[in-house]
Amino acid sequence: MIGELLIIFIGVVLVNNFVLVKFLGICPYIGVSKDLKSATGMGVAVIFVMTMASAATWLIYHYLLAPSPSNIWFRILGDGIDPSSFNFAYLRTIVFILVIAALVQLVEMIITKTSPALHHALGIYLPLITTNCAVLGVTVLNIDIFFKEGQAVPWSLLKSLTQGFGAGVGFTLALILMASIRERLELADIPPSLRGAPIAFLVGALMSMAFLGFSGLI
Amino acid sequence: MIVQTFTKGIFQRNPVFILLLGLCPTLAISTSVKNAIGMGVAATFVLVFSNLFVSLIKNLIPKKIRIPCYIVVIATFVTLVELFLEAYLPDLNASLGLFVPLIVVNCIILGRAEAFASRNPVSLSMADGLGMGVGFTLALVLLGAIREVLGSNALLGYELIPGFRPAMIMILPPGAFLTIGFLLGFFALIRARREKREREMTKSK
Repeated sequence: MIGELLIIFIGVVLVNNFVLVKFLGICPYIGVSKDLKSATGMGVAVIFVMTMASAATWLIYHYLLAPSPSNIWFRILGDGIDPSSFNFAYLRTIVFILVIAALVQLVEMIITKTSPALHHALGIYLPLITTNCAVLGVTVLNIDIFFKEGQAVPWSLLKSLTQGFGAGVGFTLALILMASIRERLELADIPPSLRGAPIAFLVGALMSMAFLGFSGLI
Repeated sequence: MIVQTFTKGIFQRNPVFILLLGLCPTLAISTSVKNAIGMGVAATFVLVFSNLFVSLIKNLIPKKIRIPCYIVVIATFVTLVELFLEAYLPDLNASLGLFVPLIVVNCIILGRAEAFASRNPVSLSMADGLGMGVGFTLALVLLGAIREVLGSNALLGYELIPGFRPAMIMILPPGAFLTIGFLLGFFALIRARREKREREMTKSK
């Protein structure tokens, strides 16, 4: 069990890194990687929201949308009806994006009330996370991998949480590495037309090549 | 006016190369021209219709909750695309994979809804959506063509030069970063040249 979770975690941090291999969350990767401090802030906020979103969307999919015997609509109304007639899986995209938007708002409100210091550090990054495709990406991926025909695989919730947390860690790893390199690049002699975004993509190419080296790991 | 709004999205304000929006699908999908066209058409459909509806209901939406409203409109059309692809084009659906539902968070679409459709009439908003969509598709196809030719020695699935061994790296993830990095650098170079020429012309006058 622990081994299985560890494989999921390492798989999503190194082998299938969300930014460098799967191309999820490229916008913040290029936009927020100019200095190390904001990269760290963004990374921590993303880990937090991804883990929460993985749990929330798993629960909603399992109990409200999927055509399984544990579907709440089936339990209330399903006397003698086949559970597959309660299949709301096609609402996945709409429901998930709304859940993520609400969650981000909720997290922001809680942090503002309980910890002004944390809010000061993460505040400006939280609204950006709603449209970070890595967050919606990990929740959809969880459903694709950890549900078979609408039925949750064993330990599905724990696996989803691990994948959500790992994806956030992988994102943060890529973001922090990128920010550290770009701080050095400030002093480098770059051809004028490559300054800014182009050189960031070329650095991304080299990092992505390095991460390809992990591909035989699991 | 409508024609101008349409062409603006293709060149001067190309969403990918100038505004740097919608990069995730651009990099991930551009492994072949076929995928690029599929993604481009799907995103254009969503763009045109979300712009149309946002423009229609712009006066009904309270200012404070406008972003969630836009997201619901966009997500509805994305779900339509998802169901359509699943039913009629399962192959394309499989190769686009995760990036079909992720059209929802494509910043081009939300960006145009907020910046253009919410303050312009219906016809202009549709033209803007179509222009941005075509611009996005062209960018995807350009990237896809470069990567497919160099990475698998083919264009639209047809082999180009028999016996040529393609550079696999171009269709792997690093190839996407390399291609867009050099393309952006190339466009910046052209822009710099043109500005320099214009400066010299004004000086000589």
